[in-house]
Amino acid sequence: MLGPFDYFLWITSFTLEAFVVVSSLLRRDFTRYIFLNLYMFFVAFNTVGLYICYYKFGLASLQYFYYYYYSDSLQYILMYFVIIQFYQQVFIEMKVSRYIRGGAALLLGLTALFSFLVVHQNRDHLTTRFVVELEQNLNFIGVVLTYLLWGAIVKLREARARLVQLVLALGVYYSATAGSYALRNLFRSPGLEAHVLHWLPPLFGTWLPFAWAYTFTKVPEGARLATARLAVRVGVR
Amino acid sequence: MIAALICVISIAAFLQFFVSYCRSVISASRGVELSERVREITGIAGGIIPADDFERLLQLVRLCPERSDDGTKIRAVDAYHNLLRAVNFAARAVMPGVVAWVERELQGCSYFAAVALDRRISSSRDLFSQQAADRF
Repeated sequence: MLGPFDYFLWITSFTLEAFVVVSSLLRRDFTRYIFLNLYMFFVAFNTVGLYICYYKFGLASLQYFYYYYYSDSLQYILMYFVIIQFYQQVFIEMKVSRYIRGGAALLLGLTALFSFLVVHQNRDHLTTRFVVELEQNLNFIGVVLTYLLWGAIVKLREARARLVQLVLALGVYYSATAGSYALRNLFRSPGLEAHVLHWLPPLFGTWLPFAWAYTFTKVPEGARLATARLAVRVGVR
Repeated sequence: MIAALICVISIAAFLQFFVSYCRSVISASRGVELSERVREITGIAGGIIPADDFERLLQLVRLCPERSDDGTKIRAVDAYHNLLRAVNFAARAVMPGVVAWVERELQGCSYFAAVALDRRISSSRDLFSQQAADRF
């Protein structure tokens, strides 16, 4: 049974996701971050689908379970395209788009193959535990990709404030989500799951559209910042 | 084993991303020159504002009428400031390098609060002037 806080998170994240898409359409800026907008559109659509599934079949139903995890997998594929577009924007002056696209296609293919093999091997016991493990691994690939991108941003002294904030918000989202799934894997106490860990993925799911909506609203496309100052170097002035 | 490894790496990455994100939010204020008016009100003399002044400056910010565009930023920096103070408390005895870095970051937060105060005062004055002009 869902509580008021679940509904609050659901409504808030849907509103923010829809806001990101509609505001970029109004600014005539949809194509500049096309994959990001398509991703937000898909997530908003998915939030509605999830609610319908919950309403018709219930939270404990098999339909809800499969819809949740299958749609999540599709979200990950779309998110990879978002990251690839960020890579292309960071490396735009080096004219290496062809190589980035090639590398991304290879990575996506390998991830799909790996996921297929793992799911195929475990098809007889596609349990929550297995799915949590798979989600943890997919999120962790996201953490690694975003971290490499952040490293490139710092190294190349990327100054576009909007792009930097979009990437950092994504990094916060991926690392927090991967960490929360890993914690769920490590501590399988039902009490901890029900009172703490259960809340984390939806909370971080709300963070991403919130941070992106904030960036698109408050940080102009032309704003610049000194990226070298953002990297955490403890003890170095 | 793999889950523990992913957990540790993810938490480390999360902290780095979160700190960098907060710094990107406050970095915009670093290049802003403070007005003489706000220096006079707050008693700030040099370019560096002491870390301890953050709370006092934030109280002054809250006394001013709220602007529509700075509330979220102020809350985010306030959360970052609290995180830094917790790190400062935990690292004081064992890692002096971290304490020095935290001190610089806290000064950055104080400067951000001073800039926010300056903007709110300017905004209030503009509003007052506009209302006075409308009255006559």
